[in-house]
Amino acid sequence: MDQKLKIDLSRQGIFTTTLEELYNWGRKSSVWPLTFGLACCAIEMIATTMARYDLARFGAEVFRPSPRQADLMIVAGTVTKKMAPQVVRLYNQMPEPKYVIAMGACAISGGPFKQGYNVLKGIDRYIPVDVHIPGCPPRPEALMDAFITLQKKIESQHLTGADRPRHLDRDAPSEFVVPQFGAHDLEPSKNPKLWHILPVTPKDQCTLGENGPGKN
Amino acid sequence: MDLEKIKSAIEAAVPGCSLQLVLNGSPCLQHSLWVDRGHAFEVAKFLRDDPELHLDYCSNVTGVDWLDTETSEKVKVKQLLDGIEKEVEEIRKTRTPGYLEAVYHLYSMEKKHGPLVLRLRTEDRAGQVTLPSLTPIWRSAEFQEREIFDLYGIVFAGHPDLRRILMWDEFEDHPMRRDYVEPDDYEYEPTPHDAVLKKSIEHQHGLK
Repeated sequence: MDQKLKIDLSRQGIFTTTLEELYNWGRKSSVWPLTFGLACCAIEMIATTMARYDLARFGAEVFRPSPRQADLMIVAGTVTKKMAPQVVRLYNQMPEPKYVIAMGACAISGGPFKQGYNVLKGIDRYIPVDVHIPGCPPRPEALMDAFITLQKKIESQHLTGADRPRHLDRDAPSEFVVPQFGAHDLEPSKNPKLWHILPVTPKDQCTLGENGPGKN
Repeated sequence: MDLEKIKSAIEAAVPGCSLQLVLNGSPCLQHSLWVDRGHAFEVAKFLRDDPELHLDYCSNVTGVDWLDTETSEKVKVKQLLDGIEKEVEEIRKTRTPGYLEAVYHLYSMEKKHGPLVLRLRTEDRAGQVTLPSLTPIWRSAEFQEREIFDLYGIVFAGHPDLRRILMWDEFEDHPMRRDYVEPDDYEYEPTPHDAVLKKSIEHQHGLK
């Protein structure tokens, strides 16, 4: 529908919408996160939900104690390799539509503990992440920004077509491989279907060496 | 606490035990006592039960990995060269085998003194890594001995429940040992530098 016409009609007191808009408005306004924290980022997540920052304003105040009732997993904190299978299992137990926010440096990459022997180098090795938030820990505003970003993503999803949400796509995967405890590392150490990095060209490697942050 | 006095008190109470002072040259001057494996349990029992010392609290147990060390020194040797005796300098290398160490920090709650630092050393780093467990004497050592077993691989004989505590049960390595080789997962490094940069380039070139 033409946006200008829609605005003109609303000035006359006539509200028009589409089923898609209405459906996505409902979905984005009641995202229920899973009660689930792994480290210090969880403290910021708790602060976000309390009176001062009040995540309830965005419809996400109901933290569910069961993955069966949750739509959103906020991976708040360091994911150790020993914990990673449980995180993936919890994600698998959530019903579609489900979303993931990776909160903080540890959840997105391993963070300051990246070279640790028992720290997973980013949860996106095993489950699809919708929003990454950097920070150590991110402030509650950053989590709210991530949440609003997620709402925008939900809002812009079409109910048909290639970019439709996963719960409307019969072939889209809902469960991902749970890593097993191996003799030296988790097996597999990443889910190759999810975790892609661009191959590094020799030119990139030069910049990698000279200027610090690489382009890979 | 005078370590020399404690040492002679232990020697009097536990006959046959071999004790050695390990001096600490740093400003804290926190010297420690190296106890032989065979008598460690009796020594610990004495330290806890002796009315003078009464070290009733074990605050901390930690592991240390000492690698094999090679020291070379120049020695002057007399040699016969073409029938003439000459002094020739020769480099002699001595190899000291490494060992694993468990360090106990003991305090007395009643007497308000401490710490007494107790060291136990294994025979080597590979096969003979058994030490007597002091958990039956200080219960607080239980989880910390498990942690040392997990991360350093010291086996504590007499421990009531010696399982891995931080890593999963299927894990085979001991990650705090200095020769631990970590898994090669350096596919993506946003800000590589120093050793990490080297590892990530090695990974990308497929050198490993």
